[in-house]
Amino acid sequence: MTTMTMAGAINRGLRAAMERDPKVLLMGEDIGQLGGVFRVTDGLWKDFGGDRVVDTPLAESGIVGTAIGLAMGGYRPVVEIQFDGFIFPAYNQITTQLAKMHYRSQGLITLPVVIRVPFAGGIGAVEHHSESPEALFAHTAGLRVISPATPQDAFDMIQQAIASPDPVLFLEPKARYWDKGEVDESRVAAQLEGEHAASAATSEMSRGRVAREGSDVTLVAYGPTMRLALQAAEVAAADGTSVEVIDLRSISPLDSDTVLRSAKRTGRVVIVHEAPTAFGPGAELSARVTEQAFFHLHAPVLRVGGFHAPYPGAKLEHDYLPSLDRVLDAVDRVMTH
Amino acid sequence: MDAHGPLSEEGLVRLLSHTGERLDHPDFGRFAAELDAAALRHMWHDMTVVRAFDQEATSLQRQGELGLWVQAVGQEAAQIGSGHALRPHDFVFPSYREHAVAHTRGVDLPEILRIFRGLQHGAWDPQAHGFHLYTLVIGAHALHATGYAMAMARDGRVGTGQDSDSAVVCYFGDGATSQGDVNEALTFAAVNDAPIVFFVQNNQFAISESTARQSRVPLAQRGAGFGVPSVRVDGNDVIASYAVTQWALQHARSGAGPVLIEAFTYRMGAHTTSDDPTRYRSHADEAYWAERDPIARLETYLRGIGELSDQDVEAARAESKELGKRTRETVKAWERPAVETMFDHVYAEPHATVAAERAWHSRYERSFADQGAHA
Repeated sequence: MTTMTMAGAINRGLRAAMERDPKVLLMGEDIGQLGGVFRVTDGLWKDFGGDRVVDTPLAESGIVGTAIGLAMGGYRPVVEIQFDGFIFPAYNQITTQLAKMHYRSQGLITLPVVIRVPFAGGIGAVEHHSESPEALFAHTAGLRVISPATPQDAFDMIQQAIASPDPVLFLEPKARYWDKGEVDESRVAAQLEGEHAASAATSEMSRGRVAREGSDVTLVAYGPTMRLALQAAEVAAADGTSVEVIDLRSISPLDSDTVLRSAKRTGRVVIVHEAPTAFGPGAELSARVTEQAFFHLHAPVLRVGGFHAPYPGAKLEHDYLPSLDRVLDAVDRVMTH
Repeated sequence: MDAHGPLSEEGLVRLLSHTGERLDHPDFGRFAAELDAAALRHMWHDMTVVRAFDQEATSLQRQGELGLWVQAVGQEAAQIGSGHALRPHDFVFPSYREHAVAHTRGVDLPEILRIFRGLQHGAWDPQAHGFHLYTLVIGAHALHATGYAMAMARDGRVGTGQDSDSAVVCYFGDGATSQGDVNEALTFAAVNDAPIVFFVQNNQFAISESTARQSRVPLAQRGAGFGVPSVRVDGNDVIASYAVTQWALQHARSGAGPVLIEAFTYRMGAHTTSDDPTRYRSHADEAYWAERDPIARLETYLRGIGELSDQDVEAARAESKELGKRTRETVKAWERPAVETMFDHVYAEPHATVAAERAWHSRYERSFADQGAHA
């Protein structure tokens, strides 16, 4: 076990993937000599050179579009989009091309492209630097959308995403980049050397996990809101409410089985994410819980998330984002319904 | 018409006049030198057969056998000329009107109609033909082509002087030159010295919009700003189209970077079978271009030098007729795909949502079968 920050764990994971497979290359703006604006690729340009850690022209559609071509040519590009709000120039390439090529070609063309995106808010940034666009991508068949919440998951999941034959949006909760945790580097290495590495990796990165066991309320989160969810569970415990916390890890596919198992025991579900609640991942999860566990529910499924307003200026962001009070309020409401 | 504008015929490389006289060109003439009479007859034959196929497909659409057809009539010289300059290990990224190029890459023409009959979105194996699938989002594939060329260069498939040196040819139209993706592709290709030839068929229309709505200058001039060598060619001249493509491919394969070709041509048909060109262009315009028909031009030349006989023409006519018949029969024999195939290949690895919906759909379908059994 080694102590790492999440940014450091992604860096170590990228390095391991590049050492494992010479076809893996990194592409993005300022990821070379500078090491990325968040320093996630720090040191990789020096060790692997500019041919494998490629500073691209400043054009997101161009980055993703050429990554598609490189993947068709046998490479495994890992693209960095500098900030969530800057992914939209590439939205067409991601949704009409990257997502659909395997289908269009009836399986003849696989596009193992990973798109890393520092996302979500809470860092006092200017416009376009704090957004949570995961629902837009989860709504598109052909893409996988995952987000780690711990350094261990960041280290494992970035390598699993690279090993997967499908395109993956790898959403990095930027506010958690500097949180530290213990990382076991050996487990995923063994998995990725196995015979069915790509299948095992894809399957594992698609599963949620129970992060804290409880019996009264199921609190579902992922990536940016996991720390908040665990804090809320802690505070609720002091008030005598036992909260089970589920870390989804994957938004597409959505591991509703893990949520349903818990929901059928607790009968109460609260979902918390930074993305706007309207048409968000929580709406989909709520629908699934209602469809598949209706008679187990003691209360309506509640969502806590961003509002149907553009992400506000930094002075207001903590009122826009889910807070401990808002999560506890939702927990109270499902308990007293 | 602006004498220096995007529709001018200024500066076009031409090796065969529209009345069928062979011309020379100081820079590009030598790139056609290897085309003997047999090679030209082969090109004439391909153009003739592809046009017959195109007309058959239009008929099939009119008869309700196809949902849509995208005609390429008039653009055969640009496509066959450039297609004949390619080697098997080069790789083509077409837009969606490159049926003649598809033919040069060994795609069996009727197979293209799987797309237009609504069976599937892609209808051939790109690797087997060195010919990528059609892309319907205008210009999006220019970036894929550029990335693929970058992969070729990384694999050491350029600049060795060996026959294995390869390049990508990316086809798109005049409308696509306004797209961001095409401009980004030119940028990425230029700074990476990617071995790619951007082949613009300026057929003068983006559906109804004249090229004058896309550009103030001839499209070939766009290359200069990217540092990409460019050339304007008479796209209705199959010999010149071959020559400039040969030059461009040699440039790209040598590792010297991308090239932009503007083939100035005319879409003699409609944009698609859903379009009505009488709403936006004149009969005079159509008549002017009918006189510049790319197939007639080559035919006049070959007949003039005694290299195309009545038997050749008759043989091509018979082959075209046979292809038309085979196309009709093939298309009508295709059955609707099994419904559950719509869930195939969404992902390469299992995805829980797709699996759940496929299972639900299967149960739903079976519920009708059960009802039938009890009725």
